[in-house]
Amino acid sequence: MSDTPADVIGFYSVQLGVDEAAAESVLASALERGGSFAELYFEHRRSGSLSFEDQQVKSTQASLSQGVGIRVVEGDAIGYAYTEDLSLDAMRRAASTAAQIAHGTTGTDPVDVTAESYPADRYAIASPSTSTPLADKVELLRRADQAARAWHSSIARVDASMVDEEKRVLIVRSDGRMVADYQPLLRFNVSCLSEIDGERRNARWGGGGRMGVTYFDDHSPESLAEEAARQAVLQQEAREAPAGTFPVVLAAGDSGILLHEAVGHGLEADFNRKETSNYSNRIGQAVASELVTVIDDATLNLSRGSVNVDDEGEVAGHNLLIENGQLAAYMQDRISSDHFGVAPSGNGRRQSFRHSPMPRMTNTYMTAGQDDPDDLVRSVDYGIFCKAFSGGQVNITNGDFVFSVTEGYLIENGQISAPIRDVNLIGNGPDVLSRVTGVGHDLQMSDGRWTCGKSGQSVPVGVGIPTVLVSGITVGGTQMQPGAGMSA
Amino acid sequence: MASSTLSTEPLEIAARLLELAQAAGADQADAVAVSSTNASTTVRKQQIEKVSESTARSGGLRVILDGRQATVSTSDVSDAALAETVETALELARVSEPDPFAGLADPKEQAHNAPQLALFDEQVPEVDGEQRLTRALACEDAALSADERIVNSGGATFSTSFSSFALVDSNGFAGAYSDTSASMWVEVMAQEEDGQLRNAGWSTSERSLHRMDQPEDVGREAAARALRQLGASKASTCEVPVVWEPRMAAGLAGIVAGAASGEALYRKATFLADRQETEVASPLLTIIDDATIANRLGSRPFDGEGVVTRRNSLVERGVFRGFLFDSYNARRLDTASTGSAWRSVGGLPQIGSGNLSIDAGEMPPEEIIGEVEDGLYLTTLMGFGINYTTGDFSRGAAGIWIRNGELAEPVQEINVSGNLLEMFQRIDAVGNDAQWFGATSAPTLRMSRMTISGV
Repeated sequence: MSDTPADVIGFYSVQLGVDEAAAESVLASALERGGSFAELYFEHRRSGSLSFEDQQVKSTQASLSQGVGIRVVEGDAIGYAYTEDLSLDAMRRAASTAAQIAHGTTGTDPVDVTAESYPADRYAIASPSTSTPLADKVELLRRADQAARAWHSSIARVDASMVDEEKRVLIVRSDGRMVADYQPLLRFNVSCLSEIDGERRNARWGGGGRMGVTYFDDHSPESLAEEAARQAVLQQEAREAPAGTFPVVLAAGDSGILLHEAVGHGLEADFNRKETSNYSNRIGQAVASELVTVIDDATLNLSRGSVNVDDEGEVAGHNLLIENGQLAAYMQDRISSDHFGVAPSGNGRRQSFRHSPMPRMTNTYMTAGQDDPDDLVRSVDYGIFCKAFSGGQVNITNGDFVFSVTEGYLIENGQISAPIRDVNLIGNGPDVLSRVTGVGHDLQMSDGRWTCGKSGQSVPVGVGIPTVLVSGITVGGTQMQPGAGMSA
Repeated sequence: MASSTLSTEPLEIAARLLELAQAAGADQADAVAVSSTNASTTVRKQQIEKVSESTARSGGLRVILDGRQATVSTSDVSDAALAETVETALELARVSEPDPFAGLADPKEQAHNAPQLALFDEQVPEVDGEQRLTRALACEDAALSADERIVNSGGATFSTSFSSFALVDSNGFAGAYSDTSASMWVEVMAQEEDGQLRNAGWSTSERSLHRMDQPEDVGREAAARALRQLGASKASTCEVPVVWEPRMAAGLAGIVAGAASGEALYRKATFLADRQETEVASPLLTIIDDATIANRLGSRPFDGEGVVTRRNSLVERGVFRGFLFDSYNARRLDTASTGSAWRSVGGLPQIGSGNLSIDAGEMPPEEIIGEVEDGLYLTTLMGFGINYTTGDFSRGAAGIWIRNGELAEPVQEINVSGNLLEMFQRIDAVGNDAQWFGATSAPTLRMSRMTISGV
């Protein structure tokens, strides 16, 4: 069974000597020069990976990372220090370093720390994969390898890997709150190379979530591997993508990456507190078509982006960001929620104890609409259908965002036709969202394969979307005369 | 804490791990350890936003048992944790499968007399919080005061780091070195008449303080870049020459180095596979990988397996000269390591480049632009649209349109695309203006034609 918050608190106390008294002592050092707030983020993370290549296990890895990140807040300014050494002396030294952000001559009143309970049930799993025998994991990789090779004779290489971790976090704050969480994470990856007459095409697929090997009950290694193989073989027939601005139909699921880039980052409150986002000062305004409702939701069961509490100790939740096209709220961390005078939204996240938290997405998705997905495709004379992606990026300030399509097709006369080669799409957030002219009834979350980067920090996230029609996005192909040479 | 002498702690941690692994029965093993002290100060709108300072250290171990390999790492370097780490490594190795190519570097290739590369600037550890603050403030102030249209800031950061890396292996190699780095970064926003913001950033990063650009120059450059994007609009879809400013060209060198990875070759996941000693680019293009340049960020006396570092020619006058290798991939492809292994405490060595440089040419950049009637001066790329297997390149972009040989109006929200092999062949001008950006040096480059997608 995964640990309950009480188990995690017990673990820190018994295994690492970090208890309420130790935390109170470190908080006293953190606030020795005044300071309006202090927080300790303890992290104990065990991770492992197995890679399978040339039909055998190539390497096995395990790592242990533990430490405490100490943050002292004075106004809008942060002092931050961390230490991997959890002895009381080392923690108090780090706390004194962080305390220097404040300029007072006396400390604040002692903090009385109390463990708080809360429902931590978003990934209460029976058995984390970190305790699954290695031989069982090897078997899953072997099955993926065999399935990909069997799927098509052109599959010349298969690389598969499984990465997992279990993280025990303990957050103690100067308001006395102490909360803990146990966060499992699993990811399975398959990469396939198809080779036909010297022409090589590569594709990756995978998934996972905050779960153990029960993930494979619903996602067999064979199905994940066959999907990677299918995409690689499909690319053998891909033709050049067109260049120019065209209607685009986004398939349900992974296309949620468009939302993540087009509005997600721009609605993180740190940028809006600083007024450097193109969504700054636009709460209540129309920023998208009326068909668009967007939610950030940390509560989805077992999802890669879910958390019980955020990395500042707030219970994470279900936050409406855009409602029928109108901007409803930003995603907040502690500093931004103080600034805006709103409740924290549970979006304060960080990569590890070596990093200070900031507003981040969890699982971000668009709610289902009314349209039949097939009708959306049928409504397009000439355009692009996008299904799988390798990543995206956004310029928060001017709103330009990109995402890279690795499985895409032409739409001709309302029919999905030829596959196209890898292509980048670029748009501007509010502009593209105002061009959403159809939303399917088929909301789907991506499988757990996405990692979001911001200011050098990576966190696992989820994305989701129903089938969506956008009347125009700029498609970065190489074919200058779209449709030329193709029969209608 | 501020000491120019080599920290002995990483070497001690690595030696302890190796000793424990050998005592526990590993046939072969190597151990690495790193300690690093990082400090940074961020200001925004001339107020302190964040101050941080920490020292981190951790150790990692690779063991090979009957040809079976495993790696482990830990940030807990207590005796008990190191012993547990070693035990885990051996357990993992037992369930791994034999790999005839697994192994350590050839001792004959290792750096037993490491060259002095001036990687440590004694001034860097001496920089205190007050000095970081002063520089960050000066940098941001220069940007904010450059023009009244600069109205907002993403902040300015000055950071310093000094670290020590140690590697020991069961063939008897033991090496360690210390290095420093300092960097400064700023981002500001210029405002359009309608209130819209255009942002731009600039940075400098070096091993030595004296090599860094001045804070004021970094700030003014960021401001100038934000200002020149004012009024940007979308270009029309077309095929035109594209002039890559040096910072963009530096990214191309990185792409070539990535495609020249010996592991990508083994996986057949690179468009450079089968192209060694063939012409892959215009004769104007020469790209060198060299980890032995004194005082540069990509330099080091030995690589992540102890192999002596060297100068590797990647592209010479358009001909692709060869791949970069660590020992493992070199053995798999029956060749030799190029001293290109990078080793973090966790995981196996990975192939990477040292310092990359694109050789400068003869033409002044003004002339390269001056010859273009209608084209794009590329200053920004976005996204990850590079397929290393096929060489397909499709990325978001912004820049300045060139009309009749002059930089005219700014453009944004466009895509540039092509196939890298074709793009390299189409390089028809190389500037005389090579500049360093961290570990990469590049001049202005021009490609005779790329596809621009816009309205």
